[in-house]
Amino acid sequence: MKRIPTALLGLGVLALVVVILPFTATNYLLRLTTIAFMYIALASSWNIVGGFTGYPSFATAAFFGIGAYASGILRAASSLPLPVTWLFGAAAATVFSLLVGPAILRLRGHYFAVASLVLAAVLREITNAATALTGGGMGLNMPTSGVVNVDMQTRLYYVSMLTAAVLTVSLAALIWRSRLGWAMRCIEQNEDAAIVLGVNTLATKILGFAASAATAGLVGAIYATWIGYIDPTDAFDDLLSIKPIIMAFIGGVGTIFGPVAGAIIFLVLEEFVWRNVLNFHAGILGIIIVALLVFMPGGLGSVGRGIERLRAYGRAGGVGGAAPPVVPS
Amino acid sequence: MLYVQILINGILLGGLYACIAVGFSLVWGVLNVINILHGSFIVLGAYLAFFAYTKLDIHPYLFAPFAALVLFILGYAVQLTIINRVIEAPVLVTLTTTFGLALLLDNLMLVAFAANFRKVSLKPPLGIIDLSDTFPSIDLIVPVDRLASMLFALLFVGLLYWLLRHTVVGRAIVAVRMDRYAATLMGVDTTKVFAVTFALGAALAGAAGALLSPIFPISPLAGTTYLGKAFVICVLGGLGSVSGALVGGLVLGVLESFGALFFGPEHSLTLSFTVLILLLIFRPNGIMGKRGFV
Repeated sequence: MKRIPTALLGLGVLALVVVILPFTATNYLLRLTTIAFMYIALASSWNIVGGFTGYPSFATAAFFGIGAYASGILRAASSLPLPVTWLFGAAAATVFSLLVGPAILRLRGHYFAVASLVLAAVLREITNAATALTGGGMGLNMPTSGVVNVDMQTRLYYVSMLTAAVLTVSLAALIWRSRLGWAMRCIEQNEDAAIVLGVNTLATKILGFAASAATAGLVGAIYATWIGYIDPTDAFDDLLSIKPIIMAFIGGVGTIFGPVAGAIIFLVLEEFVWRNVLNFHAGILGIIIVALLVFMPGGLGSVGRGIERLRAYGRAGGVGGAAPPVVPS
Repeated sequence: MLYVQILINGILLGGLYACIAVGFSLVWGVLNVINILHGSFIVLGAYLAFFAYTKLDIHPYLFAPFAALVLFILGYAVQLTIINRVIEAPVLVTLTTTFGLALLLDNLMLVAFAANFRKVSLKPPLGIIDLSDTFPSIDLIVPVDRLASMLFALLFVGLLYWLLRHTVVGRAIVAVRMDRYAATLMGVDTTKVFAVTFALGAALAGAAGALLSPIFPISPLAGTTYLGKAFVICVLGGLGSVSGALVGGLVLGVLESFGALFFGPEHSLTLSFTVLILLLIFRPNGIMGKRGFV
């Protein structure tokens, strides 16, 4: 009984900070927090497929880009209010996931990974070629949101991204507690056994995929109007698929609050790198990714074990082949 | 006659594609690692060839074995120090690790070589063979640089085939490909075999990079394009087999050439990726339909 008040207290403090921030913080800090909300949403969104069902999904960039382009095109062509275009973006991503999901979710392991990775590349090429609709490589400019004041604009997107993050984490938690979540965890542990037990695995995976698509699409849609400009390499960037995975790894794959914590830690790391080594930030990001996966495959929860491995690395030299698989497979 | 010309173009391209993909296919088949670094290795090979030609005046075709050697050493080191530590981990971890390494290598190349597009312009240019000179009724041309690149590429692919079939190391690689645990029981040092295999994959990427440097423009971020082709070829031909990569490369080359004719060149990548997804769903073991071991 002692744990619940502490958790509630922590959540309360967090909520208080989030509410007070828009009234006190600078626009820079607010912008950074908005990115944090975006990362939290993306990491939690990936976690529904990658963590709960254990499917190695690299499709986040595809969902994000579809959401961004669907809302961007609607926004540029009509005067509908922003939330409507955002929901349209989320819906478009969901429809896309329902179209490709039944096909590629039959694949397993490496084949699923490659198929999901290729989705973003295909969409990138299609958007590049469909110049009339998307502006092609020139990108798509969005009309301003009507709120001209910079301070108001910053706060508008702060609240919007916050809403997206809360929605995504809540959806993940809801799925986790439901029958669907049980079925997903069965698939994660042993898909064949799940089938034998009568779990409709394909339907379960499709629902998870769609939930992930809807949330990532929503984030992409908000992002598009926030930045005001999207282009194919930006909206379908492969890094958008990789970063959420890294965040989930930092905090703990397959948990509810792991991706949340991981996203915040990742953002702090990334911002630090961005500010200090602008020319080489992608390289440093690569080093961080590799170091994390090699030394701390269980996330920051396994810092102790990571240090141990670091020591063993120095001692044992080339015999790393015997390292146990530490990540749930 | 137009179709025959396009078929010729496709086959010329296909030989080079086979060389691009065969190393990637080998690594995927033997180590069970999807090596995102492969595209960057190809680009690095192309840069080495570019500087060898502009600074040292060494012809790219002559330089290809040296590019392969340099990449072999790099690949060996990368596998032993990094990849080997995650080799038993699920695909999510191995793929993301190689992605991180590719980010690093791409950025290093970006800083070292700048983002300019470069190309090896052979002096004198190799020109073309115009078949209508000798046979007036046949109106076809064959670009000599592409032909030479294809032949050298096929030579490297053939060399790998010979190595896998007729050397001790090669037989060990094939054994690990078939069953890594049984191979361990037979006394094969899998750690070493993994390192050699990864290094061979990198070496072939380096050779392919040198061979394509006179044909395609070189830029630090071109790696993903080649990587995408390697994906498609692997799935087309089936994993981990030399003949599969050869068939897949030729099929993709011809497919892209005709795709560019019918749908326009801007859609060729979309076409090949669509084929990839369809194949993954209906024939995940490749058009040849079985798992090949050599």
